[in-house]
Amino acid sequence: MGKEGLGLEITELRLGLPGADSDSSHRCNVMIDKNEKKRAFSEISEDDVEEGNRKKTTIKNQVVGWPPVCSYWKKNSFSDKDGSVKASKMYVKVCMDGAPFLRKIDLGMHEGYPHLAKALEKLFGEALRNAESCEFVPIYEDKDGDWMLVGDVPWEMFMESCKRLRIMKRADAKGFGVLTSKEALY
Amino acid sequence: MNYFPDEVVEHVFDFITSHKDRNSVSLVCKSWYKIERYSRQRVFIGNCYSITPQRLIARFPGLKSLTLKGKPHFADFNLVPHDWGGFVDPWIKALAKSRIGLEELRLKRMVVSDDSLELLSKSFPNFKSLVLVSCEGFTTDGVAAIAANCRFLRELDLQENEVEDHRGHWLSCFPESCTSLVSLNFACLKGEINLASLERLVARSPNLKSLRLNRVVPLDTLQKLLMRAPQLVDLGIGSYVDDPSSEVFSKLKAVIQLCNSIRSLSGFLEVAPCCMSAIYPICENLTFLNLSYAPGLQGNDLTKLVQHCRKLQRLWILDCIGDKGLGVVASTCKELQELRVFPSDPFDAGNAAVTEEGLVLISAGCPKLNSLLYFCHQMTNAALITVAKNCTNFIRFRLCILDPVKADPVTNQPLDEGFGAIVRSNKSLKRLSLSGLLTDQVFLYIGMYAKKLEMLSIAFAGDSNKGMLYVLNGCKKLRKLEIRDCPFGDVALLEDMGKYETMRSLWMSSCEVTLGACKILAKKMSSLNVEIINESEQLEFSLDDRLLVDKMYLYRTLVGHRKDKPEYVLLL
Repeated sequence: MGKEGLGLEITELRLGLPGADSDSSHRCNVMIDKNEKKRAFSEISEDDVEEGNRKKTTIKNQVVGWPPVCSYWKKNSFSDKDGSVKASKMYVKVCMDGAPFLRKIDLGMHEGYPHLAKALEKLFGEALRNAESCEFVPIYEDKDGDWMLVGDVPWEMFMESCKRLRIMKRADAKGFGVLTSKEALY
Repeated sequence: MNYFPDEVVEHVFDFITSHKDRNSVSLVCKSWYKIERYSRQRVFIGNCYSITPQRLIARFPGLKSLTLKGKPHFADFNLVPHDWGGFVDPWIKALAKSRIGLEELRLKRMVVSDDSLELLSKSFPNFKSLVLVSCEGFTTDGVAAIAANCRFLRELDLQENEVEDHRGHWLSCFPESCTSLVSLNFACLKGEINLASLERLVARSPNLKSLRLNRVVPLDTLQKLLMRAPQLVDLGIGSYVDDPSSEVFSKLKAVIQLCNSIRSLSGFLEVAPCCMSAIYPICENLTFLNLSYAPGLQGNDLTKLVQHCRKLQRLWILDCIGDKGLGVVASTCKELQELRVFPSDPFDAGNAAVTEEGLVLISAGCPKLNSLLYFCHQMTNAALITVAKNCTNFIRFRLCILDPVKADPVTNQPLDEGFGAIVRSNKSLKRLSLSGLLTDQVFLYIGMYAKKLEMLSIAFAGDSNKGMLYVLNGCKKLRKLEIRDCPFGDVALLEDMGKYETMRSLWMSSCEVTLGACKILAKKMSSLNVEIINESEQLEFSLDDRLLVDKMYLYRTLVGHRKDKPEYVLLL
């Protein structure tokens, strides 16, 4: 969960799309990139294979119409596994104390808090590296306008209620009025 | 022949409602045919290309309710190319021109356009009920037309359709004067709706019994809707996510306790498992529970829920419930008649969620089981034989092993004996789907024992033409046969051509049937349409009769070739 503060994997802060990083000096992120790219490519190439070989190549994954589940059900019953696009994108703004401009992130693209943490690291690594204090706290503004600590509620509930994200310096957190999920009810 | 005046005979016919019986009645004599046709209100047409709308209208001037089916079943699995056919437009146009007072239209696997829906909504002042299942081609604009123009609408039921959502205001198109709704199902629509309109609509629909919401309807709206409609019998929940300690959630818990008429529950298109406990009070009375669209629920959640559902008769669930969870179902749901277990991960055989064990437990615990759809990773002959001993009431038995040619993992044998046992002991079996490693032997058993079988689905099975012949010769009541990727060819196809006149349709794809054989069949049987679907580059249809046909779909018809076929279909 991300509430311990972000790790300090450093990535260049670029204007490109998230994941377009080609900096090879930081293995961890590059590996993530590679995996994500690989996933994207493998999705594309799987499609190509299916188009080209409509007959049976291997039965398990690539036969048209097998297993016999209705295409409607297939599209609508699986969340993230087959990489299908969610019906509504959930872009929220992300700001970070000290960073010159905001970013936007699609919550629907992430499967949970760890994923989100990695994505935020990639977006803001530069600023994180340059900051004097090393600790940051991710918080979010919920539907009621309250600022909440990221990580308390189940992921799905978070996705539903998060309107925007902020990466705040831990030193500033005290006295800011960040509520835990329970406090927000009163 | 008639001892009674026509009016008396007609009155007697009023009590005969099943399509089959009315069809039989009409064949008795000319007089009965005439009386029957004038008094018939409901007509079912299983293949829209078997007859024309004009002939329908001519024969049944009193028609009020029409059911039409379009594409073949395998269209569900993307085996039928886009725009193959099944257009409802000519039907609606013809009916609109006539004097038919249509009140109800039910369509399955048809192509429906917004124009058709608009014409429908404006042409029949007493129109009451529209049910669209697995249809496509329309947008929410068409739905809006229905809402706006059908003043006495009782039922708008959209099931699993591909609808282009214009994020409309379709729901707001129900006029304030519309208070007649009994059933509203828009779960398959993806887009936003006006929640306030929905609340007002429900508030002014005192007869509303069935409401199925789409995923954009949040939990707090659900709570408000249930306040307005505690009389609901069938509920489909859209989004079911909230903080269990919130006030809204407490209100929901309270109002659910008041909804003691709910017998059928589905949806949970988005779900937070921690909220499920609010549902438990209504589980007691549920007879139908459909969680097949709720991948957010894990096995434990499902099991906990099911434990409260003692009166369940039909359960549709994902395989993450696991064999153990099915064991809980078996010990809790003693009234269970129908079980459908869907694969939560159809392409990953690594995570074996349910196996033959779950099925055996169910068969042992649920004596009333008569309908099964079971996706699993493996099956054994021993298990099927046990199931056959425990359950002799199956009407529908559909088993789908995700690896379609998988043998019995214990004995490495084909599953012939297992399925053989099923057909032997279930004499009322009407529908059967096979999978797993299968030889001609299983078809021998089917031909011998499945005497009431009406629909058979076969994939990757059999060794030779004998397999198909056993079925064609033995299953006297067969109406629909669909085959893919089996080594059945011309000899089987042509052995008994008259048989196909007794059936609705035959589908064969990736088998060993040649173009020449199809031509022979088409030439001999003028009452059949033999369609060849060739999507590859051979659009010129080389006239080589030895060409293996990719997909063949044949069906009996009274009206010859259809005029709306796409280019890639060859009608012989």
